[in-house]
Amino acid sequence: MLSYLARRILLSVAVVLTVIAALFAMMHAIPGDAVRTALGPRASEAMVEAYRVKMGLDQPVLVQIWRFFSTILQGDLGSDAISGVPVARIILAQLPDTLYLVAGAMVVAVVPGIWLGVMSATHRGSLFDRVTSVLSVSVMAVPSFVIAIYLLLIFAIHLSWFPAIGAGEGFADRLHRLVLPSVALGLAWIGYIARILRASMLEVMGENHIRTARAFGLSERRIMFDYVLRIALLPTITVLGMGIGQMLSGAVFAEIVFGRPGIGKLVYDSIAARNYPIVVGTLLVTTGFFVLVNLIADLLIAFLDPRVRNVVSR
Amino acid sequence: MSLDASDPVLTVSGLTLSYDIPAGELKALRDVNLSIGKGEIVGLVGESGSGKSTLMQAILGLLPGAAQIRSGSIRFEGQDLTGLSARQMRGLLGDRISVVFQDPMTALNPVLTIGRQMIDIQHRSKLSRREKRARAIEMLARVRIPDPESRIDRYPHEFSGGMRQRVAIAMALMAKPALLVADEPTTALDATLEIATIDLLRELQSEIGCAVLFITHHLGVVAELCDRIDIMYAGEIVESGATGAVFQDPRHPYTQLLFGCDPAQIAEPMRHLPSIGGNLPDLTAPLPGCIFASRCPRADETCTTGHPADHKAGQSDLVRCHYPLAPRLEISA
Amino acid sequence: MSSAVDPATAAVVKKPRKARGAMRRLVSDPLGALGLGLIVVTVLAALAAGLLPHDPVKLNPMVRFAAPGAEHWLGTDNLGRDLFTRMLYGARIALVISIGATVASLLVGLLFGVLAGFGPRWLDSILLLLMDAMKSVPTVMLALVLITWTGPSLWAVVLVVVLVNGPTYARIVRTQVLALRNAEFIEAERALGAGFLRVASLHVVPNIIGPLLILAAMDIPIVVGIEAGLSFLGLGVRPPTPSWGTILFDGFSYIRDSIWMVVAGGLPIVITALGFTFLGEALRDTFDPKLAKR
Repeated sequence: MLSYLARRILLSVAVVLTVIAALFAMMHAIPGDAVRTALGPRASEAMVEAYRVKMGLDQPVLVQIWRFFSTILQGDLGSDAISGVPVARIILAQLPDTLYLVAGAMVVAVVPGIWLGVMSATHRGSLFDRVTSVLSVSVMAVPSFVIAIYLLLIFAIHLSWFPAIGAGEGFADRLHRLVLPSVALGLAWIGYIARILRASMLEVMGENHIRTARAFGLSERRIMFDYVLRIALLPTITVLGMGIGQMLSGAVFAEIVFGRPGIGKLVYDSIAARNYPIVVGTLLVTTGFFVLVNLIADLLIAFLDPRVRNVVSR
Repeated sequence: MSLDASDPVLTVSGLTLSYDIPAGELKALRDVNLSIGKGEIVGLVGESGSGKSTLMQAILGLLPGAAQIRSGSIRFEGQDLTGLSARQMRGLLGDRISVVFQDPMTALNPVLTIGRQMIDIQHRSKLSRREKRARAIEMLARVRIPDPESRIDRYPHEFSGGMRQRVAIAMALMAKPALLVADEPTTALDATLEIATIDLLRELQSEIGCAVLFITHHLGVVAELCDRIDIMYAGEIVESGATGAVFQDPRHPYTQLLFGCDPAQIAEPMRHLPSIGGNLPDLTAPLPGCIFASRCPRADETCTTGHPADHKAGQSDLVRCHYPLAPRLEISA
Repeated sequence: MSSAVDPATAAVVKKPRKARGAMRRLVSDPLGALGLGLIVVTVLAALAAGLLPHDPVKLNPMVRFAAPGAEHWLGTDNLGRDLFTRMLYGARIALVISIGATVASLLVGLLFGVLAGFGPRWLDSILLLLMDAMKSVPTVMLALVLITWTGPSLWAVVLVVVLVNGPTYARIVRTQVLALRNAEFIEAERALGAGFLRVASLHVVPNIIGPLLILAAMDIPIVVGIEAGLSFLGLGVRPPTPSWGTILFDGFSYIRDSIWMVVAGGLPIVITALGFTFLGEALRDTFDPKLAKR
């Protein structure tokens, strides 16, 4: 177990370091002066010089690489190019709103996704199964921002069931305003979850030990929930891990369409304002989050599956 | 409903079963007759594709959806199993009828402990969870699992293949069934483990007094363990009788080919059925004659045109051949 | 217990089958036929765009927010431009970019997959790590940051697609190469002095191209989504060039004034995405039954 844990964590660290290195390479390899790009075309010579010294760009490349890595790994993502406020603090302030949205989307995705997956696996080949399969691939195919706009048009503007803009005040209001963006963000993942769960349930249902359980007269209900689902849910955890990671940045569309604060909105505004430290900082935070969630998902599977748990402990 | 003590536990009569497949109708079992007496061990022998597994699934009510029973009956303790609902069948499984499957590596649920699975299968019992656990431990001890009190909380993959098969036997016999179906329970084990597992099975069988349907293609095991033998070929039982008698004087040409010409060979552990020339006939369109005609060295026009009846011949109780009394084939090795 | 069926291994055993029979099976699958139909509609729309009487970019302030009618079939947008015309021109952009970017991703994937598979161990490790790293950056973030540096353009969209999809294809190619690498006939050829480019083009590509193309077809909705999404954010196709994403953004901005812009921008995205998805599913079911069973 320990060696598996160590290896898995090491890989995650290597991936994060590679991303940071790629980011550094990108900032230095692109044509044109990074400072000019950062400050915009109207910056004066003095400003450019001051910025160079401040960012350490007058130092040798190796020193720059070292500083780049060490400051990031210390959690210092630099300062806002305009206000000078630490980027990490700005991002952290926006993170909760996005996390609420991701949590809402997860609820939207998981509950129907699991239900549909179980139902179509147990009713394989039925009309229900076929309709679910078509709907699953359909919601997976349509981009979330298209869904978001149509939801806004129908449910907020024409039917007025939900407010169109903002995150709201107070618990009930916030929850109310969370519904549409959560559906927009989570809809596709209903399809992903239903699909993977159906496939893995069918796989498990064909395994010999399920025949054994039937041969002992266990009820179908018990076999499905205690014997099949327990195994079939494991691959679903991987998909959920991917989903949470992707949603965190995919939230940008739902945040813009529904006028919500959050890190997606933050990045969008920062790009328009050419506020690069924030863009880079958000990339690092979301990537780190993505890697972390996937790591947790893998470790969770290792913990839940005694086969993995014990094989790796030997 | 009164049951005579001499009544067989299981009687399969005239069972005909087919699978609906895209190419048509695959006649997997045709007019199968088989009976197992109380406390009797019956060996069912046949090559792969002979219909052994289908017959087993039919007895256990675990047939796939594409399978259709066309005619015949499976009487178990006076009830016709073919007429039972899924729910009624579930009531018998794991209680009056139990099964040990072939591959001990995959037959147990990998993410539940042995104890959990042994407690789950006692779902009909009114005992408390604790008592069920105690029974499971007791049963594990009887199949000689060392240190059963702590082993019971382990997962299947933490057991060796031989131990897993003993656990499976413990599970199958826990409810003291009237009939145990053993589907090649030792095929996946090596020779030493095989003997130990067979010995254990026989020991528990005589204690409990259950009947056993032992499906195998290992003739040595049949000779060693079984009271009676049934030989299956291409969906039909072609010969049946007391083990010693059939081994001594097989009457059906297929049985004769199977045993080969050297009777000494029989006692040798034979892991696989000896292969005889030719292939199984196409079961989607069986010819009108004897099912074995295309491979039978003795086949004549009678064999290719008419389906043989079951005869009692020599010491065998059933021989499905037009010439059950013909002299034995000369088989060159 | 990985449940992912590796298309690469499926490819090793597969031989090209009679194409005509396969085509018939494909079309006899109602979903496949529907998918094909939707794609044909999109392609025809792209081809027909030039035949329309209206200019897709010329402003016409006199007829802002016109409702659909005989003159403007889908009405006009906030600047009085004909929405139907813009929608059809959008199909051109969407198809050219998604197919072009997908081809580019396939080429990049092939190149790096072959390099990783045939190259020395250290190169393989580095490329694998790079692919893993690339896959670890959430798609939208990757796109946003890249375009922050390159500036919004069509090429930036293509670059994003290559970076998002390329590593997936490279991994599949690499698996296939590793499977073939030690095959006897390959070793013999290499002993005879065949370069790895020759081996790759003779043995790897024919073996892998079928599954790769199916995968690519199923990825096209993602690519259409990336193009439209970035254009929606103002980071892809620049106004006034008509892209479904920009039309949709205009529609979003004036959503209380007219619903027709949202229809003209969103509906074709839905149609194309569903078309390629249904076709991809049917392709996979027809040519890769191993995957289809799942």
